[in-house]
Amino acid sequence: MTEMFRDKIDISLTVNGEPVEARVPAGQHLVDFLRGELGLTGAHASCEHGVCGACTLKVDGKAVRGCLMLAAQADGADVWTVEGLSDLGAIKDLQDVFVERNALQCGFCTPGMLVAINELLEAGGMPSRDQIREHLSGNYCRCTGYEAIVDAVESVARVRAHKGAA
Amino acid sequence: MTIQFGNPDRPNSYIGKTVPRPNARRLVQGRGVYVDDIVLPRMVHVAFVRSPFAHAKINSIDAEDAKAVKGVLRVFTGQDIAEVCKPWVAVLAHLKGLKSPPEHAIAVDRACWVGEPVAAVVATSRAAAEDGAALVDVDYEQLDVVTDMMTALDPETPVLHPEMGDNLAFRRLHEQGDVDETFRTAHKVVSARFVTGRHTGVTLEPRSILVDWNPAEEQMTAWHATQAPHMIQTVLATHLDLPESRVRVICEDVGGSYGIKVHVYPDEMATAAIAKIMKRPVKFIADRLESFSSDIHARDHQIEAKIAVGEDGRILAMDVDDWTAIGPYSVYPRTSAIEGNQVVNLCGGPYDFQNYRARTTVVFQNKTPTCQYRAVGHPIAVAITEGLVDMAAAEIGMDPVEIRRRNMFRDDAYPVTSPANMRFEGLSHHASMDKLLELMDYDGLRAEQAELRKKGIYRGIGIASFIELTNPSPFMYGIGGARISAQDGCTVRMDPDGSIVALSGVTEQGQGTEAMLSQVVAEGLGVSPARVRVITGDTQVTPYGGGTWASRGAGIGGEAALQAARALRDSILEVAASMLQADQAQLDIRDGAVVDSTSGEARMPLEELGRIVYFRGDTLPKGLPRELVQTRHFITSEYPFAFTNGVQASYLEVDTETGIVKLLKHWCVEDCGRVINPLLVDEQIRGGIVQGLGGALFEEIHYDAEGQLLNGSMADYLVPMAAEMPDMIIGHVETPTGESLLGAKGAGEAGTAGSPAAVMNAINDALRPMGAQVTEMPFTPERIVRALGTLND
Ligand code: FES
Ligand code: FES
Repeated sequence: MTEMFRDKIDISLTVNGEPVEARVPAGQHLVDFLRGELGLTGAHASCEHGVCGACTLKVDGKAVRGCLMLAAQADGADVWTVEGLSDLGAIKDLQDVFVERNALQCGFCTPGMLVAINELLEAGGMPSRDQIREHLSGNYCRCTGYEAIVDAVESVARVRAHKGAA
Repeated sequence: MTIQFGNPDRPNSYIGKTVPRPNARRLVQGRGVYVDDIVLPRMVHVAFVRSPFAHAKINSIDAEDAKAVKGVLRVFTGQDIAEVCKPWVAVLAHLKGLKSPPEHAIAVDRACWVGEPVAAVVATSRAAAEDGAALVDVDYEQLDVVTDMMTALDPETPVLHPEMGDNLAFRRLHEQGDVDETFRTAHKVVSARFVTGRHTGVTLEPRSILVDWNPAEEQMTAWHATQAPHMIQTVLATHLDLPESRVRVICEDVGGSYGIKVHVYPDEMATAAIAKIMKRPVKFIADRLESFSSDIHARDHQIEAKIAVGEDGRILAMDVDDWTAIGPYSVYPRTSAIEGNQVVNLCGGPYDFQNYRARTTVVFQNKTPTCQYRAVGHPIAVAITEGLVDMAAAEIGMDPVEIRRRNMFRDDAYPVTSPANMRFEGLSHHASMDKLLELMDYDGLRAEQAELRKKGIYRGIGIASFIELTNPSPFMYGIGGARISAQDGCTVRMDPDGSIVALSGVTEQGQGTEAMLSQVVAEGLGVSPARVRVITGDTQVTPYGGGTWASRGAGIGGEAALQAARALRDSILEVAASMLQADQAQLDIRDGAVVDSTSGEARMPLEELGRIVYFRGDTLPKGLPRELVQTRHFITSEYPFAFTNGVQASYLEVDTETGIVKLLKHWCVEDCGRVINPLLVDEQIRGGIVQGLGGALFEEIHYDAEGQLLNGSMADYLVPMAAEMPDMIIGHVETPTGESLLGAKGAGEAGTAGSPAAVMNAINDALRPMGAQVTEMPFTPERIVRALGTLND
């Protein structure tokens, strides 16, 4: 066995609902695997140490930093990226309001932001502006000033809460 | 030709309305294409070996171990790159005396800052390139460092570039009136020492470039996260010895820029050089540590300044002594002297007074080079000016709003020339202040502040008026010899189905440039914005232009687009008049159809006109011009810059025990001339404010005395996050510039220009009962408790 083989690991998982099998380098991060090997470039790498949230993914139902998780750790996991959530229509209301409210500028933070917000919205209820800001305090956006994002989340939460109540 | 912008019922009224951004939908679905998303056949990756020392001689480089790493293809030294890439010297002729030594893409025999590239490792994957880079063995010999700007010119300080004679890069003194005499005889003189921390842009997308050299076509293509693709095309051609026509720069999506991505970076030039040598695509994506140590820094200034006022609160004189250090090289091609120069140009900006002296001293040092970052020089000048004005007001017992009222240029005073020799076409300081006070309920807040103070809650209100330089003419760079275009162009074309394509030289990094252009073209032509496809960021396709910097996208690029759209409209109507046997002056285009201009009656859809022109040209009269594509260029001509103005206010609470500042609310009224898309402008201002708030409260690059960078990660260099930021109320006054039909001035930097000063004044307003004052940014809890005297070790 060559050295190359010894530090590679076989994994099988589902990504955006589709089965994936791969042999990954032991040290490869999940976000790099998704971007580089699967061409899922929606999640971005920016700080690469868990601070900015640009790489946020949904793994087994939870918002996770793709730069802190190894691809090898995703063996058996159910992984969703912004592409898959978009195709499902799971975050369409949020995306619509983001566009309408201009809650993005360069858009580099946006995929991670949306996945993080999705987690908050899925928890249900009507978060206050402070709670929204708190929840997003792991997602860095250098462009927008955050207010538009908070507005967008607030209005989607309101609509969803209303629907839930009806 | 006039457009009645004031009339919202005019036909095709899109300018002034909020319309959605065409690229936003793509970005929210994760379908953006940033440089790192692009993969090309045979592509390789480069990682740089960077100097761990602030100043060191490179004796030798041993790359044997690196080359043994699986996947590593080649290792390049500075000498290897120098063979294909000429060094550059970043000076401008109009900044007299500015000097800088030649800079190489990779250091050749000496590294001058921590993070300077000293070798490049190319491999089949980024991971392998990094593994290789870690194994390159460089034999350094450490040299003495220059790190403190204030002692850089002292005789005992070593000279960083001996051939330059001293460590002075640039010095400028501007003096008007009798400053010394005025200070001697003034009613009151207030002085302070201001410090602005060293910042960097922290674009979420790191600097990125992918360069392909195709020797079969002799064509270089660079996908680049840049704000100025044509400038980069020119630079790549010049320094890699290629004809300009053989270099194509493409910007797809760019993940934030803020001025950080408008410069020429050594590692990016090296990447292009490597592509040329290896004849294949080479990708370089900076990692976060590289970003902190090699993206340009800015705002590292120390200033002694004073103001003289009369009993009536009139400003009599200002005297500013500004010092800054720019690292070991002036940054190409914009130069690093511009920031200090702006401090001289902008101090005292809103105020009508006579006696002004300002000096800037720019020195070399062994730290990351500094250069233009959002609102270049403005936050510094506004902090100095507004800080002094507030201190003077306190000294003579006058309300901060009142002292400003007494000194701001009257709204009907224009045109005027300021004591710094800036020419103002038309500003609205008083109208803006009126609007601000109304938005924030100034009197109500003052009452609340007084009430809470009795309970030991210390809140402060800070006001900052400002001017902002936008729409630059060639007086910014061109006259100094830099090939940076102040002119911009737009080509607008109609295709057979009546759809419109607009190609513009200005670029999009999230500001909403493409939405703005689609609105302008739509209104100029008479179609809906949804029918207009905008293409930017491809030098082989768009007219040559400057790109996006100094808030020029709407004012320069927008005007070119408007004129091109109007020209195309005329061409279309000429064809339509012939086809309809009508008088061209009686026709108009509305909602995508040719109509009778009086009755509004539809005469022919554009699709039909397109079908005939493109497919049945035989039915049109011979010799009838049928150019359904028009290009126009625009450049300002009367004023070197279109100054905007505005005023900001901050309301905050200081915890006097911990020194923690809680931002409660922020207001900004801005006059950027014609507002094209209110929502986008407001969000530009909000984003700008937050960048300024970062500078005011959190952001500071730290070095030790040896020039070691101490905080090179996002965990250590604090940037504003959602939880600490306040809601922001934005208002507008519109004073369109007469330089263009559109009347738009820039809006991208105003927020950043004024917010640090507003916060500083608010903190000092809160601390005034305790006799404490802070003037050193960022205003960290530590600095505040030191000012309060509770911490003094
Ligand atoms: S890239 Fe993962 S948190 Fe920043
Ligand atoms: S939109 Fe640019 S970083 Fe958030």
